[in-house]
Amino acid sequence: MTATTVAPERRGGLAKRVLARKTVLARKAFLPWLFLAPGLLLALVFKFVPMGKGVWLSFFDVRPFLGDQWIGLDNYTRVLSDHRFQDAVGHTLVLGIGQSLGAIVVGFVLALLLEGQTRSLKIMRTAVFLPVVTATAVVGELWRLMYYPTSDGLVNSALGFLGLGPTPFLDNPDTALWATMAMGIWMVAPYNMVIILAGLAGVDRTLYEAAAMDGVSLWQRLRYVTLPAIRPAIGIVLTLAAIRGLRVFTEVYVLTGGGPAGSTEVWMTRAYTLGFTRNDIGGASAASVVLLAVTLLLTVTVNYFRKRGDVR
Amino acid sequence: MSAPALDPVRTPSSDEAAAASRRADKQARTTPARFDTALGWNDRPGVSWVLRILLCAIALGIFAAPFLTILSGSLSTHPSGSSLSFLPHDSTLTNFRVAGERGIWDYFTNSLVIAGGGLLLQLVVCVLAAYALARHRFRGQAIVMTLFMLTMMLPEEVIAIPLSLVLGDVPVVGLDLKGTVWGVILPLGAWGFSVMLLTEFMKDIPSEIEEAARLDGVGELRMLWQVILPLCKPALGVAGVLGFIMIWDQYLLPLIAAKDPTDYTVTVALSILRTDPEVGSGVVLAGAVIALVPSLVVYLLLQRSLVTGIAAGATKG
Repeated sequence: MTATTVAPERRGGLAKRVLARKTVLARKAFLPWLFLAPGLLLALVFKFVPMGKGVWLSFFDVRPFLGDQWIGLDNYTRVLSDHRFQDAVGHTLVLGIGQSLGAIVVGFVLALLLEGQTRSLKIMRTAVFLPVVTATAVVGELWRLMYYPTSDGLVNSALGFLGLGPTPFLDNPDTALWATMAMGIWMVAPYNMVIILAGLAGVDRTLYEAAAMDGVSLWQRLRYVTLPAIRPAIGIVLTLAAIRGLRVFTEVYVLTGGGPAGSTEVWMTRAYTLGFTRNDIGGASAASVVLLAVTLLLTVTVNYFRKRGDVR
Repeated sequence: MSAPALDPVRTPSSDEAAAASRRADKQARTTPARFDTALGWNDRPGVSWVLRILLCAIALGIFAAPFLTILSGSLSTHPSGSSLSFLPHDSTLTNFRVAGERGIWDYFTNSLVIAGGGLLLQLVVCVLAAYALARHRFRGQAIVMTLFMLTMMLPEEVIAIPLSLVLGDVPVVGLDLKGTVWGVILPLGAWGFSVMLLTEFMKDIPSEIEEAARLDGVGELRMLWQVILPLCKPALGVAGVLGFIMIWDQYLLPLIAAKDPTDYTVTVALSILRTDPEVGSGVVLAGAVIALVPSLVVYLLLQRSLVTGIAAGATKG
């Protein structure tokens, strides 16, 4: 691993002590890698090799039994010019941005509502947090039933209570994407609540008191005392959630499967359909590689600006 | 990708929170409680008090009540999707029996084996890696750290297609992991988040403890097992509960690692129940309850670890 591993036999004439020291040093340099080996091996085989393979396959026309054929950038041009894929990217952006913004707003409201030390509030927070720990597939099945299209479905009966007619949420191409977004917000908002609550706990209580003495309104107090204290946490959460939103898969796959009429098709469900249903491995790989590149680029950019922000 | 202080037990904010609540307690005698919260909620009965209870009820109705409908729906005899309500009209266990006939308990066993084995492997692998990264200095340390962070950006979704090829024919050894639990367990082993979390925590253990143990002639493995690990219990709790929830939430990985539907986990199998024309939504909900219980138990038992973990993870991103 390092220079200390040079074969010690050459120094046969030297004192034994030196030799012993060398082996100890060599062992010391070797040891960390022994501990790292399982993790690095698993990451290599199941993360980096598939990544490399994906990049490799994206340049080929993959034909089982016939042998793959190099076709350069054809997969990319074909997939990127496919209007169904372009639609899917559009849906992904709408879903990712809308969901992250919605979840942060709802999470903020929840945090403001449930802030406090009493026992009943703690129990409330525990209950409200349930959607976060529930597996996405379970949430999907639950919401499919809640969105039941007739007027006695759960959401529709709540709407009926408000005097609104029943909506076939998931069967209507105009509403399906928004219905998916609502479910996403429901899943993530309590998570944001916890983060924002941690930020709220750090606000100096005497500031609130001073604000009251100065006679500021509730809105001003939120705007100028509370918000600045939690802004750093919110900024990070929001950006990373939006980037993570690009690779949304399970929610959409379970809730709508991309339908109706492709109205909720997103980037990854499209790649999945290409790869596993239509057996277009090359095209699916190209779609995944583009997503990976965009994700990496955005993450690195965000972190760059964050670091610069930290320095300032 | 900065690596800021990540200390799941005592985040600065929790210290500040404790200090703030102490301050608040001291002031409680002189100043009203309305300075304790951002919105200035009053804890005495009044307009704002009633309003808060009302809003809390709405929040509970939106975020928690749907879970009651899962339970009540799974217990009703009329398993029609339109008859969801908060309380079952007439309770019965028929739905669970039917779900059992469709093999839900086999799927559940698959899930438990994968979650148990996956979590054990993940914790062992991540603890070993974190120990090397936190308590040793070696060349290439920064690169290794970056590699682990990169794994967080390579979730199963993005590499699904090539990963399914790799699972069918693992490079060098040429094994076919498809259709075995290893196909799901092994890809979950190296979880970057867990490595980061444990590394940051282990770095904060004072080196005097380690030096004292070394003078007593303690070897590397005993050092990790008997000296470092007992001091890491809080971080292990966080890594454990987040790891479990992450593994239980896996959907695409069990889907692509399966050879045929009997290899599915319980969460994936829910879609089989749903598309089965002979069973109604009551049975699907019974399956959902079964899939829900383990994560619920883990959450309620380790709630504290989970919340501190999320609050700490937020500052890290």
